[in-house]
Amino acid sequence: MKMKKSALIGFSVAAALGASAVQAADQYIGLPSYRVGPYAAGGTGIFGGMIDYFQLVNARDGGINGVKLTWEECETEYNNARGVECYERMKKNGPTGNTVFHPLSTGITYSVIDKATADKIPVISLGYGRTDASDGRVFPYIFPMLTNYWSQNTAKIKFIGMKEGGMDKLKGKKIVNIYHDSAYGKETIPVLDAQAKMYGFTVKHIPVAHPGNEQQSQWLQVRQEKPDWVILRGWGVMNPTALKAAAKIGFPREKIVGVWWSGAEEDTIPAGAAAKGYISAGFNVAGTNYPVIKDIQKHVVAKGKTNMEDKSRIGSVYYNRGVVHGIITVEAIRKAQEKYGKGKSITGEQMRWGIENLSIDAAMLKKLGAEGFMPALKMSCLNHEGSGLVKFQQWDGKQWKVITDWIESDQKLVRGMIEESAAKYAKEKGITPRDCSKES
Amino acid sequence: MLYREAGQFKASYKEDQQIFPIRQDRIAIALILAFFYLVVPYFASQYWLQGIMIPVLIFSLAAIGLNILTGYAGQLSLGSAAFMAVGAFAAYNFVLRIPGMPILVAFILAGLCAAAVGMVFGLPSLRIKGFYLAVATLAAQFFIVWALTKFPWFSNNSSSGVITAQKVEILGYAFETPEAKYLLTLAVVTVLALLAKNMVRSSIGRSWMAIRDMDVAAEVIGIRPMHTKLMAFAVSSFYCGVAGALYAYTYLGTVEPEGFNLDLSFKILFMVIIGGVGSIMGSFLGAAFIVLLPIFLNVAMHALGGWVPQGISSNLELIVFGGLIIFFLIVEPHGLARLWQIGKEKLRLWPFPH
Repeated sequence: MKMKKSALIGFSVAAALGASAVQAADQYIGLPSYRVGPYAAGGTGIFGGMIDYFQLVNARDGGINGVKLTWEECETEYNNARGVECYERMKKNGPTGNTVFHPLSTGITYSVIDKATADKIPVISLGYGRTDASDGRVFPYIFPMLTNYWSQNTAKIKFIGMKEGGMDKLKGKKIVNIYHDSAYGKETIPVLDAQAKMYGFTVKHIPVAHPGNEQQSQWLQVRQEKPDWVILRGWGVMNPTALKAAAKIGFPREKIVGVWWSGAEEDTIPAGAAAKGYISAGFNVAGTNYPVIKDIQKHVVAKGKTNMEDKSRIGSVYYNRGVVHGIITVEAIRKAQEKYGKGKSITGEQMRWGIENLSIDAAMLKKLGAEGFMPALKMSCLNHEGSGLVKFQQWDGKQWKVITDWIESDQKLVRGMIEESAAKYAKEKGITPRDCSKES
Repeated sequence: MLYREAGQFKASYKEDQQIFPIRQDRIAIALILAFFYLVVPYFASQYWLQGIMIPVLIFSLAAIGLNILTGYAGQLSLGSAAFMAVGAFAAYNFVLRIPGMPILVAFILAGLCAAAVGMVFGLPSLRIKGFYLAVATLAAQFFIVWALTKFPWFSNNSSSGVITAQKVEILGYAFETPEAKYLLTLAVVTVLALLAKNMVRSSIGRSWMAIRDMDVAAEVIGIRPMHTKLMAFAVSSFYCGVAGALYAYTYLGTVEPEGFNLDLSFKILFMVIIGGVGSIMGSFLGAAFIVLLPIFLNVAMHALGGWVPQGISSNLELIVFGGLIIFFLIVEPHGLARLWQIGKEKLRLWPFPH
């Protein structure tokens, strides 16, 4: 009897879900969020920022040409299998199915590449995911937008070169790459090796086992190596631990450059004073002093509708990154509507066209209130990355301070490696790359 | 009244030794199989097949594997996910490096690779027992994931260390739709589950149970501990390996070594404990419970509507999930399979219990 009852509840729940059909002229976005588990800080911040931006567009502009944005969250716990389940659950919802999928996890991105390509639902992996998917001929539905890991890494070397007083000064220097021992952490090793050869510096890769709360031996090695710079490719708890360990051996924090997943308030505050002076890369900046954040505060937060439980996190690195996700999603939908009918819900396939033809230049950034907040971008069939610009910021003990303008990455080097890697993938999978000259 | 074996006489040894000696059981199994083979693929949506049925089947297979080792042979293991990883990466490399390799043969070879690795890590079981053995298998968990990340050969020099499963083709038929993938998974799982059911009734299964119940006594009556324990490790790892290959080929498509972490091993162990230690049926029930309950809770929380903020409902899910596990373990420490057995016994007396 007990079993029967719970089964009945299950059916009624399923029926209720099926019945709550969304009205026409809505644009549905399924969000695979994670609000529990070790990476919840990132999940709540980024999805919170994204949802707040969607709320802003609905409240301030009445949607996109009158099409209201609707969204639904599905908890993934940062787990690949749960992520796939969420993807499958949400892909048919809304009037035109899921418009776009933001996995916000490199693992989930990998798991949905085949499925999303078959289902014609674009996947945006903003600043993470599969680097060689930047080749849109082989990966038509995957968009590792703005700046991928390899591009970011070349910008980092450029930044170090600037600090040293010119790229030719890099010769004979020593750089240690401390990385999270996982698919994510290993991704930049080939590009670093290639650059070491190019500029004549030596690079040493030191892995840190997941989760990375024990790094004594690694930093002892750093002390023996006496490097000029340390690149920190960390994740979660590994970052503050690394900063504390660096302080212990007396390595100057001003000489540590982190990836953007090592560069949020959540990474530095736990390290306390040890984090002061630490530098990290970013494709978005922190702070509330931008018109778009001011608008969110006026139209969303002041009305008590914000998604953030802790309002002090508005303007933090993760939150602002979520707003960047929101801006790109909304503008791609707007672009697709221009071609496929203003005021209509678009499908995933149309959204793909919208993303592929998206171009956000300086004037448009200004109009969006995001000047200096995120880089300009221009997508194409060939190039699914679209920007490759990176800013660097330094932790002053209380907050992140931007210390450079947008730094360009070495696209010549990166692009060659991407095309080589994508071609290998295409061969392995038996994919015939698209001919981009035939795309409209 | 319906479920009664009175009047079913066994006239030969063959009849007496069949897997399901009671006629009603045979009919029920046939009906269940017919339902899953014939009805489900036609009526289930893509979401149900891809998001629910396939993972439940794959995890059932992994749970059967661990159940053979832990439930039947009494050797505690925390390395099941690592053996799944061996299976996934081995299948990938066989298909990649040997042209024209049939996929089912690759699955079997992947299982054998996992079995070989499992035997190596099973060697300590000859000397150590119980929780100490769990620690030794923990070493397998960390070592295998480390090795797959460390040596780029395993992932064909992919810069990030992930592998992407090739197309699944059998005799020229490409398994691309969810229905086809589901049927392939179901077929593999059915064959292996029936095989396991038979194995645990055979002399090898009985020697596993003898070792589990008291290894000194088993040795005295002539069961070779080394042979038996290593056999258990090999068979168990074979099942996990095939499950891992299916996980890569019919479920996720792209897998990374990190995906087969300790969490997954624990999950499989929980499936065995919740489902029923030492029961093939329990492996299916446990897998279904562990995979489906979080999804059900998530859907139910959504149905409650907007008045629960997402952050709270995500945490509530975990709390309820944990609570239910504790509840089930208190009510029935022998798992869901035991509940089923009690139900069956009651059914025999129904409607006139004494």
